[in-house]
Amino acid sequence: MANKKHDLIDQNLQDLNNDGVDRRGFLKCMAWAGTGLVWTMSGGVPVSRAFAKNIGKDAGKGADFSFVQISDSHIGFNKPANPDVTATLQVAINKINAMPDKPDFIIHTGDLSQLSKPSEFDTLDQALKGATAKQIYYVPGEHDMLSDNGEQYLQRYGKATKGSGWYSFDHKGVHFVGLVNVANLKAGGMGSLGHDQLEWLEDDLHGRSASTPIVLFAHIPLWTIYPDWGWGTDDSEQALSYVKRFGSVTVLNGHIHQIMQKVEGKVSFHTAMSTAFPQPAPGSAPSAGPMKVPADQLQQVLGITDVNYVISGRSLAIVDSPLATSGS
Amino acid sequence: MRSRNVCVAILAATSVIAIVLLLAGSPIVRANDQPSAPRADVKIDNFSFGPQTITVPVGATVTWTNRDDIPHTSASTEGVFRSKVMDTDEKFSYTFTKAGTYPYYCTIHPKMTGQVVVK
Repeated sequence: MANKKHDLIDQNLQDLNNDGVDRRGFLKCMAWAGTGLVWTMSGGVPVSRAFAKNIGKDAGKGADFSFVQISDSHIGFNKPANPDVTATLQVAINKINAMPDKPDFIIHTGDLSQLSKPSEFDTLDQALKGATAKQIYYVPGEHDMLSDNGEQYLQRYGKATKGSGWYSFDHKGVHFVGLVNVANLKAGGMGSLGHDQLEWLEDDLHGRSASTPIVLFAHIPLWTIYPDWGWGTDDSEQALSYVKRFGSVTVLNGHIHQIMQKVEGKVSFHTAMSTAFPQPAPGSAPSAGPMKVPADQLQQVLGITDVNYVISGRSLAIVDSPLATSGS
Repeated sequence: MRSRNVCVAILAATSVIAIVLLLAGSPIVRANDQPSAPRADVKIDNFSFGPQTITVPVGATVTWTNRDDIPHTSASTEGVFRSKVMDTDEKFSYTFTKAGTYPYYCTIHPKMTGQVVVK
C-alpha cells in the first residue's frame, strides 16, 4: 500500500518535471478532457467553439487588458487524487508568467487552502509571490473559513473588505465585484450571500451606467448547477436581478473543479478548473469527492482561465487552458 | 564473571516472562464494574452521514468518523453540539444526556444533514 502510494507520488513528480506534451498529444488530451473552450461575445451574441490550435494565442490580440482566474488550490490536500498540490499550483503560476500578453492581475476564486491552516496560507503566499502579476484579488472558499469564521482569511486577504470579505473595484472601465457565498451556511442549503451582502451589492451597483461591463466573482457558482451536491447559491437570483440592466455581465466561479458555462440574456456564467484536483461531472459519481485520474492525465484536468476584454468592441473572450499545455 | 552476568540476565528475563504470564492469566476485575455506556457510530462517506437517522438511549455517546478525502463537520442545527473540522479518519464524539431529536449538518457542506433521536 505504502509502496503504491510512493510510486504514484514519484510518477506524479516525474510528470510535473516533464510537461513536454507534444501538440498532437496535447490536442488529443484536450479532446479527452473536453476542457479547452474559447468563448467570445459580441453585441450580446455568444459564440463558443472548441479550443483549437493557435486560438489561445489569438484570443488576447487587440484586447484592452486581460486578467487570469485561478481557483481551488487546496494547499494542504495530499490524497491520491493529487499528492502534491503545491507543485501543480506552481505549474499554473509558471503558465501565467509565460503568457505573451501579461495579465493585469490575477483573481483567485477561493479554496486557497484545504484546512484553513496558517502553514497552508503561507505556502500559497510563497508560491504566488513568484507570479509576475503582482496584484491578486481573492474571495474565500468554504475551506478557507473552516474553524474561525474566516478571521484568519480576512486578516490575510480581506483587510479592505466588508462583512465576510466582499468588495468591489474598477479596472480600466470594468467594474469588478468579489462576493462571498461560503459564510454562515444553513442546514440543507447551498451557498448563501445573505441579506447584508445583497443590500451592499444593490447599493454598490446603484447609479452605475448600464454600459459599464460588470464582472462578478465568487467561490460557489452563482447559478444552480446541481442542487443535490450543493452546487449553487440559494439567494443568487436576487443578486443577479441587480445586474440585469447592465449590457455585459460576466460571472466567474470555482468550487466544482471543472469548466461549466451558460449564457442567460446578457449574463455569462463560467466556472474554472482547479489547480489541485478534478471533481466528477454532476451526478456522475456517488459524491462530489476528488476524482482520481491517472497521474499522467492530471494536468489535463487542472488549469487556469484567461479573460480578455476588448472594451471598445464590447466583446469578451474566456480561454481555459489545462496545465498540461505549458510545454507546448 | 561473564557467565554470572549471563545467568543474571536469564533469571531476569525469566521473571519478566513469569510476571507477564501471571498478568495474562489473572481475571480482570474492576472496582465499579457496570454495564458499559451505550455507544453508536455515524460514518461519513461520500458526503453523507450514515445512518442518516440514528436512535440511541439517553446517555449514549455518538461518534462520527470522517471517511472522505474532504474535511467535514457535524454541528447541531440548534447549536447543541459542534465538532471541530474532521479531516480524513478524524472523529468527534458527543454524549446525549437528554431525550429529544437532534438535527445536525455539515457546516462546510450544508446539504449533508442527519439526526440523532435520543429516547
